[in-house]
Amino acid sequence: MKKLFAVLSMLVILSLALSACAPRPTPTPPPTQPPAPTKPPAPTQPPAPTQPPAPTEAPPPLIGQVTDMGGIDDKSFNASAWKGIQDAMKEFAIQGKYLESQQQADYTKNIQQYIDEGAALIVTVGFLLGVDTAKFAIANPDLKFAIVDYTYPDCWPGAEVGVQCGADKELPNVRGLIFQTDQAAFLAGYLAAGMTKTGVVATYGGIKIPPVTIFMKGFEAGVKYYNQQKGANVRLLGWETARDEGTFTGNFESTDDGRRLAESFMQEGADIILPVAGPVGLGSAAVCKETKACLVIGVDADWYDTAPEYREVLLTSVLKKIDVAVYSTIKDLLEGKFSGGTRVYAIADGGVDIAPYHEFEDDVPAELKAEIDAIRKALIDGSLTVDGVLSGQ
Amino acid sequence: MATPPNSQETRNAASPAASPPRPGVARYVSGSAAQALLVPVLAVFVGLLLGGVVIAATDAGVAAVFRAFSADPGGVFRAIWQAVVKGYGALFYGSIGSPREMLDGYRIYLETGDNKALLKAIYPFTESLTTATPYIFAGLAVALGFRCGLFNIGAEGQFFIGALGAAFVGYSISGLPAFLHLPLALLGGALAGAVWGAVPGYLKARFGAHEVVNTIMMNWIAFRLSDWLLTGPMQAAGFRPVTPNIKMTAALPRFFEDPLRFNWGFILALVMAYVVYWLLFKTTIGFEIRAVGANPDGAKYAGINVVRNFVLVMTLSGALAGLAGTAQVLGVDHWVGQGFSAGYGFDSIALALLGKSHPLGVVLAALLFGFLRSGATRMQSLAGIPIDIISIIQGLVIIFVAAPALIRWLFRIPVPTAEETVLTRGWGK
Repeated sequence: MKKLFAVLSMLVILSLALSACAPRPTPTPPPTQPPAPTKPPAPTQPPAPTQPPAPTEAPPPLIGQVTDMGGIDDKSFNASAWKGIQDAMKEFAIQGKYLESQQQADYTKNIQQYIDEGAALIVTVGFLLGVDTAKFAIANPDLKFAIVDYTYPDCWPGAEVGVQCGADKELPNVRGLIFQTDQAAFLAGYLAAGMTKTGVVATYGGIKIPPVTIFMKGFEAGVKYYNQQKGANVRLLGWETARDEGTFTGNFESTDDGRRLAESFMQEGADIILPVAGPVGLGSAAVCKETKACLVIGVDADWYDTAPEYREVLLTSVLKKIDVAVYSTIKDLLEGKFSGGTRVYAIADGGVDIAPYHEFEDDVPAELKAEIDAIRKALIDGSLTVDGVLSGQ
Repeated sequence: MATPPNSQETRNAASPAASPPRPGVARYVSGSAAQALLVPVLAVFVGLLLGGVVIAATDAGVAAVFRAFSADPGGVFRAIWQAVVKGYGALFYGSIGSPREMLDGYRIYLETGDNKALLKAIYPFTESLTTATPYIFAGLAVALGFRCGLFNIGAEGQFFIGALGAAFVGYSISGLPAFLHLPLALLGGALAGAVWGAVPGYLKARFGAHEVVNTIMMNWIAFRLSDWLLTGPMQAAGFRPVTPNIKMTAALPRFFEDPLRFNWGFILALVMAYVVYWLLFKTTIGFEIRAVGANPDGAKYAGINVVRNFVLVMTLSGALAGLAGTAQVLGVDHWVGQGFSAGYGFDSIALALLGKSHPLGVVLAALLFGFLRSGATRMQSLAGIPIDIISIIQGLVIIFVAAPALIRWLFRIPVPTAEETVLTRGWGK
């Protein structure tokens, strides 16, 4: 037994040592994999595809995503951006990959890795990568970048470029993808005001940053517009644009905070809640499901699909279609139509909207539905604006 | 967690038998240093081996051919082999780099004076050393605690607080020359960490409160305090919850230009490892620390102030962990944002175990972790293996290091004759 083990372990060591001397694996693709990666891998396989390129052809363009510390399966913007890349992989001959950042020192390292691999487009996700993305974009003017939820110029007077902020002008090789989610939240606010039985609705955010507060602002405008139109007096808890103040959990993780806030909002009479805090909102949905005394409105994706266990308390979702934005950026790139600067996704181009009412299809009065459709049209043609409603015009 | 209770007897029983021919792998290794290294090295080897099993088991290519196992068993093994070689190949090149590229780059540099190719070739290696730097500091912090029989789980919180302290000194003071500002910032980070370590140390010494509980609680205070500081008093202009960038006079100088981030922090870490070694093994203080760690009651009867040593060690440990965060801010990031640490403080507990709580062992273990973590980026991108595999390999290595008897049994290694490190005494003593 001892000898057998000694022999076995020596064999393993030897084979490992020999493999180091062996020639690199042959460049021909293994027989089990498709020779040319025109087809994406099976959709159940989340990791990046690893088909080696056919030896004679040029490799397909590489689209690389760098996540922030939320990771690829955050059920929020990282996951949504990756879905956009995956959708593009189904349509076009591209190679899509992602690199997860586990700490902030990983941001530059991951971007550098894609530069070394000759990526055609680097998609960075989130404002925390704002400065680094700009630094690399300026240093590599031939490379193309897209950044989610951020836009240049981001400098303020006196700020040190490349240190405190990324760039003091638009960058020709970076496309900032931002979303006018206040328009979609406006519709949700109007809907909530029309559906509340107690006359009180509520919202709260994760951290007080513009990509979060823009939802709350739009929601407030929607409620206010409903009150103006109907002479009603629906109250909103949790956000007030005039004072720039609201309720925040201070994180994007604690579902307990979501429970606690939903309970205290309910004690103050609220029966519809818009949580703008990623997975924290699921805690609120759980409370509503248990007590059957409130409804929630999802954010970012349609929670009907991403959180099916809470369908019975989901009035609608405020959609922020990051996947559509990333997909169309890749499409533009492949068609030679890529341009830098800021690309705003609004209700007019379908980049933001509210989800179908699903289980509440029959509960929402036809009249209210028609009004919301009319408001959507007005927001698209510009005759109605969020800021206009909030400033009282 | 620590040594088996009867290890003393086994050791004594085994010592006379150790001089005759040693069985198993140990036969091929001689010298006490090599003996001490044997178990960790074999643990790393087995960890990598089992990591290869995980890679193969989760590989899509392997899964595809596995369904046809009976038809083509050879194909399955080929696919497994390819997956593992590809993964570990990418890990190797991502953490060390390509020797050929280095030679080519060096030749180009000699011939033309253009260092671009050379810098590109050594980038993975320097990046690994940079990643290892905070691990060295934090590993030393935990190892020092182990030597005194203290289990400092608070390195993560001390890391955060140290980073924030260094960042504060780094950005709030301007106009100082670098030779004043940089030491001041280092001191700021170390002091902040020291305070965070001293509190549980004092609570243990004065009230007998267990340091494990208190350091965990101090972690939570540190996390929430940093959340608040980053969205309030220490927030930079603009909306992002990050601190302002430090002034460049407080930055640890880098050896090369961007994107190489290799800096003096690594040298400082090595120096600190030597200082800890000197303190532990060449000074009276160190002797007292080790005496308390080995047997607090015995140390007390020998006239050693046990309580004072608890406070001292926790303070120094906190300072070292604080320096880990400091080196990361001043050398690599230059700013602190939410989720600044990637669990350095927690990994460092494993590190100290792997390094047998010896400064040299800690440095070697930190280098291993640094190379694994750094190479993982390339592995993730080129081989499509999730970065989490590195955590699995680290976990496996730690299991085998924490259970040396298992490795000894696997490879038929006799129980060592050398004195083993007391890690902690556990609860209630």
